[in-house]
Amino acid sequence: MEYFVQQLINGITLGSIYGLIAIGYTMVYGIIGMINFAHGDIFMVGAFLALIAFLVLVAIGVSAVPLALFIVLLVSMALTALYGWTVERIAYRPLRHSFRLAPLISAIGMSIVLQNYVQVAQGARVKPLPPLIQGGYTLFEGNGFAVRLSNIQIIVVVTTLVLMAGFSFLVARTRLGRNMRACEQDLKMAALVGIDVDRTISLTFVLGAALAAVAGLMFLLYYGVVDFFIGFLAGVKAFTAAVLGGIGSLPGAMLGGILIGLIETMWSAYFSIEYKDVAAFSILIIVLIFLPTGILGRPEVEKV
Amino acid sequence: MSRESEPAKKRPPHPTLPRLRGRVGWGPLKEAAIAALVALGLFVLMIGVRTDQGPTGALVITTRFELLAKIVAAVFVGRLLWALTRRQANVSIGDLVPASVKAAASGVAVYAAAAFLVFALIVPIVFYTNRYLLDLAILIVTYTMLGFGLNIVVGLAGLLDLGYVAFYAVGAYSYALIAQYFGLSFWICLPLAGIFAAFAGLLLGFPVLRLRGDYLAIVTLGFGEIIRLILLNWQNLTGGPNGISGIARPSFFGLPFNSTDNGFAATFGLQYSPTHRVVFLYYLILALALVTNWVTLRLRRLPIGRAWEALREDEVACRALGINTTNTKLTAFAMGAMFGGFAGAFFATRQGFISPESFTFGESALVLAIVVLGGMGSQLGVAVAATVMLGGFELFREFEQYRMLVFGAAMVAIVIYRPRGLVATRTPSVFLHEGKDIPAAIVRDARAETPT
Amino acid sequence: MSRAEILTVEHLTMRFGGLTAVSDLSFSARAKEITALIGPNGAGKTTLFNCITGFYKPTVGRLQLAHPDGASFLLERLPEFRIAREARVARTFQNVRLFAGMTLLENLLIAQHNALMLASGFTVLGLFGSRAYARAEAGAIDKARYWLDRVGLAERADDAAGALPYGAQRRLEIARAMCTDPVLLCLDEPAAGLNNRESAELNAFLRAIRDEHGTSILLIEHDMGVVMEISDHIVVLDYGLKIADGTPDDVRNDSKVIAAYLGVADDELENVSAEVGL
Repeated sequence: MEYFVQQLINGITLGSIYGLIAIGYTMVYGIIGMINFAHGDIFMVGAFLALIAFLVLVAIGVSAVPLALFIVLLVSMALTALYGWTVERIAYRPLRHSFRLAPLISAIGMSIVLQNYVQVAQGARVKPLPPLIQGGYTLFEGNGFAVRLSNIQIIVVVTTLVLMAGFSFLVARTRLGRNMRACEQDLKMAALVGIDVDRTISLTFVLGAALAAVAGLMFLLYYGVVDFFIGFLAGVKAFTAAVLGGIGSLPGAMLGGILIGLIETMWSAYFSIEYKDVAAFSILIIVLIFLPTGILGRPEVEKV
Repeated sequence: MSRESEPAKKRPPHPTLPRLRGRVGWGPLKEAAIAALVALGLFVLMIGVRTDQGPTGALVITTRFELLAKIVAAVFVGRLLWALTRRQANVSIGDLVPASVKAAASGVAVYAAAAFLVFALIVPIVFYTNRYLLDLAILIVTYTMLGFGLNIVVGLAGLLDLGYVAFYAVGAYSYALIAQYFGLSFWICLPLAGIFAAFAGLLLGFPVLRLRGDYLAIVTLGFGEIIRLILLNWQNLTGGPNGISGIARPSFFGLPFNSTDNGFAATFGLQYSPTHRVVFLYYLILALALVTNWVTLRLRRLPIGRAWEALREDEVACRALGINTTNTKLTAFAMGAMFGGFAGAFFATRQGFISPESFTFGESALVLAIVVLGGMGSQLGVAVAATVMLGGFELFREFEQYRMLVFGAAMVAIVIYRPRGLVATRTPSVFLHEGKDIPAAIVRDARAETPT
Repeated sequence: MSRAEILTVEHLTMRFGGLTAVSDLSFSARAKEITALIGPNGAGKTTLFNCITGFYKPTVGRLQLAHPDGASFLLERLPEFRIAREARVARTFQNVRLFAGMTLLENLLIAQHNALMLASGFTVLGLFGSRAYARAEAGAIDKARYWLDRVGLAERADDAAGALPYGAQRRLEIARAMCTDPVLLCLDEPAAGLNNRESAELNAFLRAIRDEHGTSILLIEHDMGVVMEISDHIVVLDYGLKIADGTPDDVRNDSKVIAAYLGVADDELENVSAEVGL
């Protein structure tokens, strides 16, 4: 029982990180119908930028952890957003009117570019960071097992909730959000009524990248280590989460993220840890085949 | 805004140099400045700062600001030049090639194919002493064969398969295991490996029948990864990360390639040389590739091949004409997988050792890039693309780290600037009066809009 | 003597979530006749077509197809390719669906796929060059040539289908459908975008198909010139309901039909409503 609760806590934490990345996938797919294959690598870039920014701050003497983290958060969000913007401008926008899978192929190319760019720039070895946020609370004990809720876990979940709330507000109440929803419904019509479609799409990528940056920072703090390959796996799992929750649906992305986090954690805890990635890929396949619209998505009817 | 509405100067403009004054304005400088700023933002931390593991194991940073400055400056200059030339002349790369050359090039395809084939046949003779080039040639032909196999699925049937490496792996591992446990010869194990791979193709094909485009691609990618993870973790069967080693080397129809008296060299009265085996391997893979090519060309003329191409063009219309598209798709997967399996079996016997590391997603991406670059279903295009890509890879061997970076960038560039690949026409499979090639713009391919 | 019925639609209803596209529709089409389905946009005509040809599965209802030789098919139970292959119902599409990157000849050969597959021994015999297959393919090419001649596209047989002008593409689609030797040919707006001369040619062509090949035709059309000229029987739909069913003369004068198409003047509204039964 205690072990189960611990896995629950761990799963929700991991799931929050996946959810933040999944939002990026779902927003982009909702607005222009493409799978941004490189989004996972944007998350990886965000994690690296956070790491480097932190090390720079320490080197110039800012050592108060909360202040440093705050600055790192802002800096990595801004710069990762810039990466997201650049990738869209270079690799996807020229293909807006090309055949349907051109952006996917381009995205695969961008994914390879980003991974190798980081590998060339920073070396192929893993980059460790000493734990910055320590401590936590013991919730309860039993059967010789203590269920712990660490501070970092609290921070991850709270940050995610705050961002989710902020983001939902943005989509539902602001003009940008309205433009995004209009573009999602009908891109041509949105352009005809005067919405700057290019800008709206760019901003969608930018926001998705910013959230991925936060996920990257959380990942760095939670696991304490990053390498250039974390993007691929996290990306696939986050994409699975987006599809599971219903592609195009924001709450779906978060729900899917939590579910995937829980499934992965439970699988590793109770079955086998080596095959946990197989579990993730299998869920992806099962969902795409049997439930392509996801849990919260809207069904599509094929028009003949 | 630029001051483009100024009255024209009296002097006639120079035909090719950009005019920097008057008509141009600040636009290009602004563009270049923005580009430089963006570059600065992108690279300031990632390139400007380098993290390494210090003596204590913790990370230590060093700065590379000169490198950063150089790169930002290069971006500024590059963007400036691009903005200037773009404004002065609407030149595209296609315009740089004179029309006469283009016309000549299009008629040349048949001769090019023949020349290519002749060259391929004499490679071992020409490069007999250069072991390195022979190995490269084997590699190129292997990937060409993989390209032929994937071509059936992606190029002809229009099913975007991102997990093709799975069949390569199934072929390699089933060959290795059968050869080891049952001690059968290469010529018996080869078809068996193909059958296993075809079976895997059917298994993969069944679940993805109703999927389209992106989703089909992702699911096939998932399958590819699952196969690799299973191979990596099922230690008892596959040896896990250590793979399978000691796979039997090929023999010349029973005559082993060694220096003994009943070896190949002794039997044919030649001085023993390890190159014999390499040459044999080369002709073996070349034969396999040529068979694959021949079968594919024949199938294109048969109803199944036409059904594949029709499937790619418009699946709904196929169903309306009574074609069981389920069977058509499954056949495409199975055939493509079978040839991938043959290639895998060859790979196993050539290396003598296989491990899951050889079967990553990167391989699938590479084969896909070859097929995409080669252009819709064209066999010659695949062969040329494989040569160019793998040859290019080898040329830049010293720049090991940058190779993949360039490869990814090339993929992006190709799909933006030359999405139809090298071969820009489709040759119809049957004619009433006379043969005419169909220009690429009309042909719908694997990447086309799903019609609604 | 009334002709045998080839297609009987009984109580067909098609619902998409909350939207009812076709509601309790019943009618029959007689063999060797041209039956037209008309009605304002959104009336449910193409939905009906999709149900008949198996692209949609009806929510409720029965669709029975009776061949002249007595074979009978329940279309609501069959997937679309079996309806085409076994029940021999062929169709064209509102937005022409040709294999654009393939030649006209190839398009017509694909229509004969099933027969050729059999002749090629499911590819195996064909791979090794069987003569039976070569003969079958020659026969298929002959049939293709025949239909290309009928639609006047024989000289362009080796051109890409996507390069044809719009009217020619429509004709090719009909030719392709006829290459499957259908018993029932379903045409979705065959006259769309055709000028008067082309429409007249189409009329002659469809009559010839009915008379020479004994194929029954079911067509959706907006062009009243074509409909009134060649139909033996007209069914009128509006908002998914059948509002008229009879000969062209019956339908032409039916007040419900006039109201549905032309609307009604304000001062006439009450009278017409009473007459129409609203």
